[in-house]
Amino acid sequence: MLQKSWPAEGVTRVPYWVYQDAEVYKEEQAKIWRGRTWSYLCLEAELPEPQSFVTTFVGDMPVVVTRDANGVLHAWENRCAHRGALVAMQARGKVERFTCIYHNWTYDHAGNLANVAFRRGIAGKGGMAPDAKPESQAPKKLRVASLDGLVFGTLSPETPSLEDYIGPQILPRLRRVLKKPLKVLGAYTQVLPNNWKLYMDNVKDTYHASLLHMFFTRFRINRLTQKGGVFVSTDGAHHCTYTEMVEDKGDAYEKDGMRSAGSSTSQFRLEAPELLEQVDELGDGVSIQILTLFPGFVLHQIRNSLAARQVVPKGVGRTELHWTLFGFADDDAAMTRRRLMQANLVGPAGYISMEDGAATGFVQRGIAGSPDRTSVIEMGGAGVASDDSRITETAVRGLWQAWRRHMDV
Amino acid sequence: MADANLQLAVEQLHARYAHALDADRLEDWPQFFTERGTYRVTTAENEQRGLPLPVLYAEGRPMLRDRVASLRHANIYEPQRYRHIVSSVLVDKLDSESARSTANFLVVRIMENGDTLLFASGRYVDRIALAPEPRYEERVVICDSRRFDTLLAIPL
Repeated sequence: MLQKSWPAEGVTRVPYWVYQDAEVYKEEQAKIWRGRTWSYLCLEAELPEPQSFVTTFVGDMPVVVTRDANGVLHAWENRCAHRGALVAMQARGKVERFTCIYHNWTYDHAGNLANVAFRRGIAGKGGMAPDAKPESQAPKKLRVASLDGLVFGTLSPETPSLEDYIGPQILPRLRRVLKKPLKVLGAYTQVLPNNWKLYMDNVKDTYHASLLHMFFTRFRINRLTQKGGVFVSTDGAHHCTYTEMVEDKGDAYEKDGMRSAGSSTSQFRLEAPELLEQVDELGDGVSIQILTLFPGFVLHQIRNSLAARQVVPKGVGRTELHWTLFGFADDDAAMTRRRLMQANLVGPAGYISMEDGAATGFVQRGIAGSPDRTSVIEMGGAGVASDDSRITETAVRGLWQAWRRHMDV
Repeated sequence: MADANLQLAVEQLHARYAHALDADRLEDWPQFFTERGTYRVTTAENEQRGLPLPVLYAEGRPMLRDRVASLRHANIYEPQRYRHIVSSVLVDKLDSESARSTANFLVVRIMENGDTLLFASGRYVDRIALAPEPRYEERVVICDSRRFDTLLAIPL
């Protein structure tokens, strides 16, 4: 149990030790990542054939995700029962059996120990005793659930079903994007110089988007004056924010002298605005939707760019963000081209996304001397609820409400 | 010695390109491309998997200029510089007007506080228009790693 206490104000104050403390990080691994949560593992489209696999992580834990010969999905800890070595070394592939390279112990696609090399010895010599139980240290198996092409896993038998976990506020917003079979367009990893939760509260922070990301504001892609809103799940854990396509012609930012609007004399125009042209493929006039599931999954629709982002903590002050951009299997050439053009908006070189790593890294560095101080999260009051304004930090407070519940802090 | 001249011309193009970026002359960057030249940064993994996703893609000088304008006027990133090391330049003449080149690169990133990182390594795979002077018709930057530290602002 952590010997930490939360500020009396509740979720409007987040103490900085949450981003800095090795004990907190360790406890999170057990209580959150290996606890009663669903973690995103991969897209089903990454496992197109029987006997294919991908390797991934749930928190620090390495995981193998497979599709067996009968097409059933499995996920299990990538750790050999014998000495703990990785069973699968490659990022992805197709195999008949998994063989640990260390001593050739083998596993089937469900993660069952299938064979121990020389278990009975050779010619009556060596080998294991008949009553040895190497299976007792077999890799942990995850429960797996697939939802409209996204594969999730949980170690805990107590985690509710994936649909119940996501809840009725957020589930339809997820399904809205995943309308058809998916097709992977590519992937990359952005390494963030900060604690994983700084990335999650950045994504949930609807207040920052048009203030930090000047590209948004300069090109009127997303301003808080445009129609939009935020949904928060009842337990605070998950969120979804959206912006409608209507162009904002107002000048609230200019009137407030906002840095992101720029001066009126240096109005910034794209020479090649076709980069931004959106087709309303989901048919509801939404231009941007950012959705998170606790603890570390993000689904984005930014115009016609669609992606899954997986948060993988790599120690107290380092996080990997695994981006997988996708389209639909029936996309025509024009739609694929549009998605690839709009890939310029996201990822490490994204016109919109590039600043997030920088801003969250600045927090990690800024708080170095103040584990005893807290952030101030009072935009939109103190509550955790859906809102039709995005000038709110309600979803950030929701994250902390969920985090505290899992961590008993 | 026609081939030696071609080799020299291509290596000089690569060198001028590298020096322009390393000296923060971003405004010169689009000029290294033909009017409709393309620039694509990707990863060896995506290439190997046959996946088309770029990390960054620009088609024609207007889009290249948009990237520069956004870096100058919209995007926020910590002050940083690159040092490009370009080597092992292979050149093949395709016809009288164009050539193909493959070259290795290392890019070191230097932050204002002195933090120095081997930021990227990989290959430039280029198609070069030779007249009136050598320019990239297509520059594909294939990064060896799928991993990018914090952000990729200045082009590689």
